[in-house]
Amino acid sequence: MSNKILSVRGLSRIHGEQCPLCISSTGPEHDTNICPHCGSVVAAHDVNFDLYRGEILGIIGESGSGKSSTVKMLYFDEEPTAGSATFYDGGVQHDMFALNAAQQRSMRNKRFGMVYQNPHLGLNFQISAGGNIAERLLMSDLRHYEEIRTRAGDLLARTEVSRARMDKNPKTFSGGMQQRVQIAKALATQPPLLFLDEVTTGLDLSVQAAILDLILEIQHELGTAMIVVTHDLGVIRLLAGRTLVMKHGRVIGSGLTDQILEDPQHAYTQRLVASAL
Amino acid sequence: MNAHYELPLEDAGYSFGFLDEYAKKEVRRCILKAIAIPGYQTPYASREMPMGRGFGTGGLQLTLSLIGADDTLKVIDQGSDDSVNAVNLRQFVQLTCPGVAVTEKTQEATLIQSRHRIPEKMLTEQQILVLQVPYPDALVVVEPSEARRKVMHGEADYSRLLVKLYEDVVRFDEITISHRYPTRLNGHYVIDPSPIPRWDVPRLHQSPALVLLGAGREKKIYAVPPYTVAEPLVFDDIAFRVEDFRDANGQRIACRCCGSTVSFLDELIDDAGNVTHQCSDSSYCEEEQETISARKQA
Ligand SMILES: Nc1ncnc2c1ncn2[C@@H]1O[C@H](COP(=O)(O)OP(=O)(O)OP(=O)(O)O)[C@@H](O)[C@H]1O
Ligand SMILES: [Mg+2]
Ligand SMILES: [Zn+2]
Ligand SMILES: [Zn+2]
Repeated sequence: MSNKILSVRGLSRIHGEQCPLCISSTGPEHDTNICPHCGSVVAAHDVNFDLYRGEILGIIGESGSGKSSTVKMLYFDEEPTAGSATFYDGGVQHDMFALNAAQQRSMRNKRFGMVYQNPHLGLNFQISAGGNIAERLLMSDLRHYEEIRTRAGDLLARTEVSRARMDKNPKTFSGGMQQRVQIAKALATQPPLLFLDEVTTGLDLSVQAAILDLILEIQHELGTAMIVVTHDLGVIRLLAGRTLVMKHGRVIGSGLTDQILEDPQHAYTQRLVASAL
Repeated sequence: MNAHYELPLEDAGYSFGFLDEYAKKEVRRCILKAIAIPGYQTPYASREMPMGRGFGTGGLQLTLSLIGADDTLKVIDQGSDDSVNAVNLRQFVQLTCPGVAVTEKTQEATLIQSRHRIPEKMLTEQQILVLQVPYPDALVVVEPSEARRKVMHGEADYSRLLVKLYEDVVRFDEITISHRYPTRLNGHYVIDPSPIPRWDVPRLHQSPALVLLGAGREKKIYAVPPYTVAEPLVFDDIAFRVEDFRDANGQRIACRCCGSTVSFLDELIDDAGNVTHQCSDSSYCEEEQETISARKQA
């Protein structure tokens, strides 16, 4: 039996009118993702990869290269303009973009988790930290108040947010603490697949290190597969076994993280490495 | 509205029920659709009525579209047939629907238009209850965009409403919603049951009478058809509770007029600060009093 959890083929996202020349006039060799003929933005084009159970795949690239676009499509935040993705779950293959809206919502709520760079996107600041986790449990049809409380408390404890903060508004939390609440929320339904988009960007180094440790621990404990988007090579080196390198909407390299980072063939990656030093 | 309003004589050709036949037929068509999809907010072309929206024009248009010369109408506002609003609406119907009988007795009515209450007396299959609704959408408290609310209703996605209940219990140890309690029909659509108290919510469940809800300003009609499953949104381990009318000693408070201990009570405070209780459904209260005095005489 294959251990594949996700298979992505030809995934593309173009913003704007589109013309027949969009693809041939954008990409790394043209040094732009904006079509000079119609002005459309080729945010991502022809992204292909497979992800296996418990694996962490990194996506790295400079700003605007299409990293977030890729995970947003897979999390159904954005609709692709072309391509397919197959999610393998419980012996069933799901053609993700062929599902109707309700099926997609259910998959997103129950089988996926997302942690955004900006906690405002992942958390509702009108309600308590526990309420944020409760929301995901309620979405997956748990209707027992005390059980919701216990589960939310356990999740917060696991992500090292004290239970005493459970009924507090996350608006008042530090950036690192907000990310922990987001991770707890993402994990609430024990999803087999997590998307992490720049989760440590902008945090203090010590806080970053602690969050990255937590992510690794979760992967070891729960065997959760993850796609980690970042432009921080340190994060990729620490977390990801395999990495995709993106530039101007295209995947320009992929392979084992160590090789990608060391391979002098990848001038672009080497520049990213150099700029990180 | 002006209770002394009279239609100008030259307009004496207006139709029975004020609205023209075409408008009434359109409303009835929307009613049929609303009955076919319990709890679905059916849009309709709300007409201008000679009174401000918010005075029950949504309910009134339902009533006028349904009423025939052989109907008997009862109008209640805040549980009472005598409040200004109820009197105005009743007079308007009498004025525009010649031949229609009016009553204050629940069991005599074929059609009941109400605001804030469902009559205490159990309604029958022969009756229709029309409720006036100010805000038809239970999701409005968690989602400002109507387009998104429509998708949420379509997918029966009420988790955000449940989160609100969760937060309520966390903060106050109980669900504090007193009126307009979100209620789920046949396991799908959640409705705003209009500003009735919690007391009345269980009485929507398996009601023999058809219940129609009309929002004039928001131009929506929805229905709880006879014998529909109507369940207040709650947690498995926190039961839905209706208003508690017990005194400090745990004794059920009785109505000061009829002595009933099974009705929904209004709290009255007099100038001296004394608190007394009285049935909110005035017609029920009067009948209870009549039954008691008849028993005394016998
Ligand atoms: N709604 C939109 N309309 C037009 N262009 C968009 C839209 N969303 C994203 N883009 C463009 O698509 C490209 C890819 O964006 P994306 O957010 O995927 O980049 P990224 O690799 O995540 O960058 P960063 O590291 O800055 O987060 C960018 O040029 C961006 O400006
Ligand atoms: Mg991004
Ligand atoms: Zn183009
Ligand atoms: Zn009474």
